[in-house]
Amino acid sequence: MDLLGYVIIIVKVLVVFAVTLLTVLGMVYAERRVSAFMQGRLGPNRVGPKGLLQPIADGIKFLMKEDIIPASVDKPIFVLAPAILLIPALMTFAVIPFGSDITLFGRNIPLQVADVNVGILYVLALTSIGVYGIVLAGWSSNNKYSLLGGLRSSAQLISYELAMGLAVVSIILLSGSLKLDDIVADQQGHLFSWNLFKQPLAFIIFLIAVYAETNRLPFDLSEAEQELVGGYHTEYSSMKFAMFFMAEYANMITAAALTVTLFFGGWDVPMVNESSLGIWGALLSVLSFSLKMGFFLFLFIWVRWTFPRFRYDQLMKIGWKVMLPLALFNIFITAGYLTIKAVV
Amino acid sequence: MGIVTKSYEPTFWDKLYFPALIKGLVVTLRYFFKRKVTIQYPDEKYVPPDGYRGLHRLNKYSDGRIRCVACEMCSAACPADCIEIVPGPAPWEGGKERYPVKFEIDLLTCIFCGFCEMACPEEAIELTEIYDFSDYSRDDLLIDRDGLLEVYELTKNKNYYSRAKKNEGSETQ
Repeated sequence: MDLLGYVIIIVKVLVVFAVTLLTVLGMVYAERRVSAFMQGRLGPNRVGPKGLLQPIADGIKFLMKEDIIPASVDKPIFVLAPAILLIPALMTFAVIPFGSDITLFGRNIPLQVADVNVGILYVLALTSIGVYGIVLAGWSSNNKYSLLGGLRSSAQLISYELAMGLAVVSIILLSGSLKLDDIVADQQGHLFSWNLFKQPLAFIIFLIAVYAETNRLPFDLSEAEQELVGGYHTEYSSMKFAMFFMAEYANMITAAALTVTLFFGGWDVPMVNESSLGIWGALLSVLSFSLKMGFFLFLFIWVRWTFPRFRYDQLMKIGWKVMLPLALFNIFITAGYLTIKAVV
Repeated sequence: MGIVTKSYEPTFWDKLYFPALIKGLVVTLRYFFKRKVTIQYPDEKYVPPDGYRGLHRLNKYSDGRIRCVACEMCSAACPADCIEIVPGPAPWEGGKERYPVKFEIDLLTCIFCGFCEMACPEEAIELTEIYDFSDYSRDDLLIDRDGLLEVYELTKNKNYYSRAKKNEGSETQ
């Protein structure tokens, strides 16, 4: 690869990283504002126009706060845990294609940081690593509430990752590839070629599992504040707490992007052939991707302020007794359909 | 063995959960677009309804004489015993012969029951709609005769808060 190639990659990495972090800031603002609106309040509206600078004020507050490390904690793990959670959360976006190919300086640039041929496995693997951050934070805090939060998180992961993986398997069966690029290409064309319409059951299972995966309500048992104070981050303060906070939102962004990629045709605009429109097509595809992602990010907040939290046993019951059999059934149907189609 | 009575048997539609979930989402979305109930206090002020019992005032006649005749009915009626009155001969010719030399209300002791208002034979003492009169010291919350007369000047047009609101509006525009 020549010099220009490296430059392009670095630029893409920086842009994706910056946009992700900016979206995290936007989400912090949106969460407070949307929750306020849904409760008939106004929310933060004093810092900057319409309160838009509120997340920056929050960030400064976190930086200025005293960084407390309690005496009884397991210090190396305690310090490491927020990083273990945040880094995979920020890394996951690397394999997600966020636009159609763009042609600049006479070369074809895919709008995707890394086109890994096991893309979907990479995403699933990294999101699982993130849970180690939660478990280790809970363990090293030397606090019963933190430990319970970490335990719940790991149990939740086991019950939901399976159903989520199996829901994704049916998508992989359809597209015949683990590359996210191929999965998007497979959904090109008219609206009903989106996996949402081909695999509605898989979509519902995946969406529910994603909420459990990102520790969002109605599945935020690992930080259920009424029972566990703050859950796994009870003992954390200052920037370390902010890292947990950012990781949660970064995970939501990745989850929204993944949902769009797998079920909503990625950057696809129905009935439009993006590659024939040149650079405008690419911009259109990025816009379409952002809008779809924005909807799912809004849905995250919307759902949070609508539904109450599940009880622990209910969560397990849904994971093992409802979603897992349904996902297996869905794979069975999909595989059967594909086999019959191949034979006939 | 207890007897289980089921008042409600979920139908198949209920067991799907999703219709109910969507109903819930619609409710929160409707609230998202509804008018907000927040009053942004120092900028906007709540206008209390008629009959609100707030800060006291001493009424005057149109020619400027104080209505109060220092009969001390109000301080006798006061269950919190927060009104202190010292009567004296009125300085003006004609009309009432007595008037209060000293008329002091301890706003921290006052329970804003409105008994003084009801006891007053001259309709001199009245409770106004002013609710935001907090201060930094106990001494500042002892309101004297001249203070009470000042409150009358502020509230005699019954538009203390609505006027304040209008002024704020014109300043920001």
